[in-house]
Amino acid sequence: MPKHKSDNTSDTKPVKIKSAKKMRDLMTTYYLDALSAKQNNKLVAWITSGGPVEPLVAMDIIPVYPENHGAMIGSSKMGEDLCIKAEDMGYSSDLCSYARTDISCSVVKGGPIGGLPEPDMLICCNNICGTVLKWYEVQARFYNVPLFILDTPICHTQYSPEIAKYVRAQIDEYIAFLENVTKRKFNYNKMVQVGKLAFEGQLLWQKVLDTTAHRPSPMSAFDAFFFLALIVTLRGTQIAVDFYKELIEEMEQRSKDGISAVKDEKYRLLWDNLPVWYQLKWLSGKFSEHNACLVADTYTSAWCGAIKYIDENNFLDSIAEAYTRIYLNIGVDQMADQVLDMIKFYDADGFVMHSNRSCKPYSFGQLDIMNIIKEKTNIPVLMIEADMVDPRNFSQSQIETRIDAFMEIIKQRNH
Amino acid sequence: MIYAGIDIGSITAKSALIKDNKLLGTHVMLSGYNPLNAGIKVFETLLKKSELSKKDITAIVSTGYGRASVNFADNAITEIICHGAGAHFMNPTIRGIIDVGGQDSKAILLDTNGQVENFAMNDKCAAGTGRFLEVMAKALEVDLDQLGEFSLKADSPSKISSICTVFAESEVISMISGQQKRENIIAGIHESAAARVAILATKIKIKDPIMMTGGVAKNKGMANALEGRLGFKFVKGNLPQENGAIGAAVLASRI
Ligand code: SF4
Repeated sequence: MPKHKSDNTSDTKPVKIKSAKKMRDLMTTYYLDALSAKQNNKLVAWITSGGPVEPLVAMDIIPVYPENHGAMIGSSKMGEDLCIKAEDMGYSSDLCSYARTDISCSVVKGGPIGGLPEPDMLICCNNICGTVLKWYEVQARFYNVPLFILDTPICHTQYSPEIAKYVRAQIDEYIAFLENVTKRKFNYNKMVQVGKLAFEGQLLWQKVLDTTAHRPSPMSAFDAFFFLALIVTLRGTQIAVDFYKELIEEMEQRSKDGISAVKDEKYRLLWDNLPVWYQLKWLSGKFSEHNACLVADTYTSAWCGAIKYIDENNFLDSIAEAYTRIYLNIGVDQMADQVLDMIKFYDADGFVMHSNRSCKPYSFGQLDIMNIIKEKTNIPVLMIEADMVDPRNFSQSQIETRIDAFMEIIKQRNH
Repeated sequence: MIYAGIDIGSITAKSALIKDNKLLGTHVMLSGYNPLNAGIKVFETLLKKSELSKKDITAIVSTGYGRASVNFADNAITEIICHGAGAHFMNPTIRGIIDVGGQDSKAILLDTNGQVENFAMNDKCAAGTGRFLEVMAKALEVDLDQLGEFSLKADSPSKISSICTVFAESEVISMISGQQKRENIIAGIHESAAARVAILATKIKIKDPIMMTGGVAKNKGMANALEGRLGFKFVKGNLPQENGAIGAAVLASRI
């Protein structure tokens, strides 16, 4: 075998993260609860990944995330089939693969868990993209349930007083909508509690991600992609808070013991955009082969990136701003600034950008960000074309050559 | 000491030998469907041509799409780095490389030491690659090698608007039935392919002097079209198709 294939791979497997099992159990319980909601007289709301979930938690409504479900479909390599089904139904292959798989899954009840529990209402926040608007409208018609749309204007540079007023007013409308659908009064006291837990959960998630600043990194972005699910689905609960506390402890212990995610970590990389769910294993193996660890990414940090705007003592007022100023809803210059900060904080040797066929808001502007990073840091940047769920947009041998060449450049530079 | 480079591309396999920093020889043949066999054959033929045997070779580097299959190589390095090393070896002033191969086209930016600073490759699409030209040559019943000559005689290049190879082919077929001059259609094909490749060069902000490498560099029409698009004149290299293999041999000498 050529050297670059065998020399760097080691027989000893990396030490597994123990908390992973607990995390799997928590997610199973969460999905079982959601699937049995009707029997337990609980309501289910489908909500977009960037939507304010806390009022739902305060109202004891079970939030379910079609995007998290999409990630599960992708990881279990069931994306292609479901995408094709959606295309058979008439949807364009250019439509986001989360939307395609969710729409077809609703009809055929496919996927790893046989489809999501039917929603009693839909909550759609367009801070992540415009696709979700039409997608949720389709689902509202399909299930014949009420839909609430929270419109967050893009904040290219600043959060103007007009935007503040506009979004804040919608938070009240959101609460009125929930009262109307549930026929119950909103529980403001519980909201305070949930708000504090959501805030704490995000701080802890940030701390989990920060542990990778250690050399060698105790976990990789591939682990973060997995552990992310709790801050998305169980944000605002004690469960998420407790779990992340344990996870931080484990990571700190791994750092102390010198346990690394990648054997003989030599290079540290930053990842941009959603994961390629059906190729996580291959990609992580590919990078490890080069002794490279993806130490951080712009995706998982999106669920704690706006904490600075949250006031835990004035939660409802402050989330208007926090939910509006998330990574995908700001200008390219601000995105690049965040990337630059991350490169510095995690001491990255290279930046890998996934140009994602599905996610237009994430992928549009990447070339500009790439140029800004090149200009300001001089670290190599790699762009690979793929899709998070639809494997028909992934060409392994082409991507392999690009990654190998990119790593060869990094090695030459650090020689 | 003698070093060898073996480049297994999607269409052709190339080998090169280097001794005392001088090129000893090269060989080119079709890859066939078995990359390992192609590697063995292209290597052994060159050894024979050069009156050498395997034991005379100190180190071998493989490159190209089939690089991992060449199990007798000491190292496998991507064609991006190899083309960089090859171009620098042939002409140390080179800063930019445009490589158009069988199923890949790429633009590479070198620093002053000949190390790769940045690169861009075509995405999952054959437009702007050798394969695109091959399909078109077939549709026009022209030998691939003659495309260049034909296009030099064009008076007004036809306009191919489809990017997709398959659609472009039907566009070309309707141009043929529309009695457009073959020379003009071919020139239009080169313009269309060059436009795709030029995007890669602009993406990495390519710098002069630029060398064109890869099998397609031998096509004068394509080279002219690219020069026109980019506004640069290419530095003439004698062995564009063998450049990756030459680079691989250069890198073998550094193992
Ligand atoms: S387009 Fe992007 S942000 Fe929108 S739903 Fe799809 S993946 Fe999420």
